[in-house]
Amino acid sequence: MSAADLVQYVATGLLVGGVYALMSIGLALIFGVMRVVNFAQGDFMMLGMYLTYYLAVGYHVDPLLGALLALPPFFVAGWLVHRALLARVTGSGDAQRQLDATLILTLGLSLIITNATAMILSPMPRAIRTGYATQAFVLGPILINQARAYAFLMAVLLAGLVYLFLTRTDLGKALRAAADEPEAAGYQGIDVRTMHGVAFGVGVALVAAAGGLLAMYHPIEPTVAVNFIVLMFVAVVLGGLGSIPGAFAGGLLIGLVQAVTLLVLPLQLQNTGVFIAFLLVLYLRPQGLFGRRLRTV
Amino acid sequence: MSPRARGLLPILVVLAVGVLLIFTLQERYHQRVLTLVLLWATMGLAWNIISGYAGQTSFGHQAFFGIGAYGTVLLVLHLGLTPWIGMLVSAAVAVVAAALIGFPTFRLSGIYFALATLAYPLIFRIGMDFLGYQEVAIPMVRDRPGLYMQFTDPRANGLLCLGAFAAALLLSHAIEISRLGYRLRALRENEQAAEAMGVDTFRCKMAAYMLSAAPAAIAGAIYAHVILYVVTPDSTFGVLVIVQTLVVCLVGGIGSLWGPLIGAGLMVPTGEFLDASLGDRLPGIQGVVYGAALVLIMLVAPEGLYWRLRGLLQRGRVEAPSGAPAAVDMPARAAHLAGAAGQALLEVRGVARSFIGVQALDDVSFTVREGDILGIIGPNGAGKTTLFNVLNGFLPPDRGEVRYAGERISGLRPSAVCRLGVGRTFQVVRTFPQLTVLENVMVGAFTRTAAEREARDRAAAALQRFGLWPRAHARPGSLTTLELRLMELARCLATEPRLVLLDEPLAGLGAGSVEAMLGHIRRLPQAGVTVAIIEHTMYALVRLADRLLVLDHGRCLAEGPPADVTREAAVIEAYLGKRWLHRAQGLRA
Repeated sequence: MSAADLVQYVATGLLVGGVYALMSIGLALIFGVMRVVNFAQGDFMMLGMYLTYYLAVGYHVDPLLGALLALPPFFVAGWLVHRALLARVTGSGDAQRQLDATLILTLGLSLIITNATAMILSPMPRAIRTGYATQAFVLGPILINQARAYAFLMAVLLAGLVYLFLTRTDLGKALRAAADEPEAAGYQGIDVRTMHGVAFGVGVALVAAAGGLLAMYHPIEPTVAVNFIVLMFVAVVLGGLGSIPGAFAGGLLIGLVQAVTLLVLPLQLQNTGVFIAFLLVLYLRPQGLFGRRLRTV
Repeated sequence: MSPRARGLLPILVVLAVGVLLIFTLQERYHQRVLTLVLLWATMGLAWNIISGYAGQTSFGHQAFFGIGAYGTVLLVLHLGLTPWIGMLVSAAVAVVAAALIGFPTFRLSGIYFALATLAYPLIFRIGMDFLGYQEVAIPMVRDRPGLYMQFTDPRANGLLCLGAFAAALLLSHAIEISRLGYRLRALRENEQAAEAMGVDTFRCKMAAYMLSAAPAAIAGAIYAHVILYVVTPDSTFGVLVIVQTLVVCLVGGIGSLWGPLIGAGLMVPTGEFLDASLGDRLPGIQGVVYGAALVLIMLVAPEGLYWRLRGLLQRGRVEAPSGAPAAVDMPARAAHLAGAAGQALLEVRGVARSFIGVQALDDVSFTVREGDILGIIGPNGAGKTTLFNVLNGFLPPDRGEVRYAGERISGLRPSAVCRLGVGRTFQVVRTFPQLTVLENVMVGAFTRTAAEREARDRAAAALQRFGLWPRAHARPGSLTTLELRLMELARCLATEPRLVLLDEPLAGLGAGSVEAMLGHIRRLPQAGVTVAIIEHTMYALVRLADRLLVLDHGRCLAEGPPADVTREAAVIEAYLGKRWLHRAQGLRA
């Protein structure tokens, strides 16, 4: 194996990791603000893939644009899911019980979405054909697939916008306040319930957009949800549960680990490297690579 | 009737009904549904041990189910070993796997544990794919079907599953009435309080995890032989296995003996019926219904049907215990264990502990003498509770050491410190809310006895001593603040400590209650229990304590008899400010 091969794998890993990073941010935002682990996040991603697919097939919308168009409807969908389901089991004292309840609730939601999608749209895999899916930028000895490159750039752009939204806007600051000190935020006139709805909506919209970008080079099928939710969990835990920059780094890292695993292990073992890295981090630094250990006695 | 016998009766009734059903159901399809109900109820009971009783949500329990299925089938395939033995071998392998998985994973708690468990079956699954076991058919043995668990009579399959279910029920029942069962429920309700009451939470979780792996493996082995015939990574290590298990347990009610059966009895026939009638046209209908069931149960009755029904039947009825509790000879600990009064019992030497940027304790040294009441006083943030957390093992000190009865205890787990004879209570009372008052105290009593009966008697005696016996069967949620504080004290004393650390036991009490509490605390040394007590109110402590220790900003400000300490300038300044210091000095001069 030459050095160029290694660079090629690392570059591919980073490009794929950018999209993982965007989807993980959605999960991290929801957990960070609401203390809810959203099992259905992979399903919203899958639905985002389908929306982008149908926009591309039906209306010839470029998937890069299609991914952006997924943002508003999925924000509304997330908001409604929060209102109709999650808001009914949150807000009642005991954090552990609440976490368990939302975990099970979103797991149920995930089952419904996956199976209903398979029922309605058939389990058959589909793919979006774009001009650039088979094109590559040539950088010396390295080939960069154009679809992956564009998806990566768009993912990083969106992630940057989320960061600016959270740090520069009043709504973003209110979100963070509701995350850090819900009670105090309430006294400051921030409606914590509304903030939870916004967080869930934004988190779902982001993962749907990430799905749209992923659809540029990944087969679209209902079962894709299960595979990716695990990767998202891993990324978010790697970055320290609830940390947005951490989740971004975690997503990139997973892309890298996947790519590097391919160098030494056959394709079907690709995710073994990810899981082993995940378990190692959990054992050695359960607060995540970038998180701080919280301890209350 | 003993609790053992009382619990066995309904088990026998249910099993008899099971046998009856097996021999009356005529259609093969109905037999199959019954077999599935029993299998998933068994798997549910397995999951329930670790995730219900112990409250450690495992999303990866299909790992053991899969080990059971694959292990048994591969043993038949490669060694010709009968599944009757292969099943037990696989169960043993699953228990070992649980030990290997649990050992690193139980360092994590709560959501981290749950997420980590997701990874294990995925790894097994990838491993099976990689080893070339994508599809393993069980070899047909026509001449000796019984030996190879390949019955043609569906009733035989039904009985086999009923047997597995009965074994899982008996195991669960045995756990429920054992010390382990009480400890698991205690650590589920409040892990730190359980540790402080002598429960080694790590070992208890490991025990529960290993115990729950065995029935899961058995369920997997039988499932492979009576339902699957061809095992695949997806059908054994796959997501649907854990989903089925979760649905069964959550709908039925987790942490109960009957929840999994109720859930399976309801959901498995529903799923099978829908699959049979609509499955051709709508292939995912079973998944949708299971998903909807999970959503609905969380919205409507998150505790599950069993608990909901029980709650409805028992609404508002808390039976007061009849008669006085059996008299127990409280062990004459004071006589034979306690050293001579006045000897050093606890020695703290140069203890320091800092948190990010805050020096909570800085070179703290003092001695608690046998038979004394030591009052620890200091303004908010002085490091009092941190000191207790170091003393009972919640926090390791950065520097310095703690010796108890001549033995170094710093660095030990809180449960080990408790077993050595150091009890504690908490600033904010930490109860096990779903356990009755009596059961709360029993958790403490189990530190000194493994027998349920004896723990019950000792706990009853402790309640009697504090006048709480009439409230024995109530839940802590219905107690007054004084009753809660007394319950916590009773629970702490049930561990038979030689030294108790009381963290603000007077906080939140009215004037009358303060006097009652002070009376109880004052009597402790006579019973051979040495006391270290944190309190805010100087007034109460001066009347109670033999010696006072004043902490401020993590440092020992003064130590000595109350009369001397209260006169020290530094103490007055820390407590009342400089202005008062001048005034106090003026008064004295």
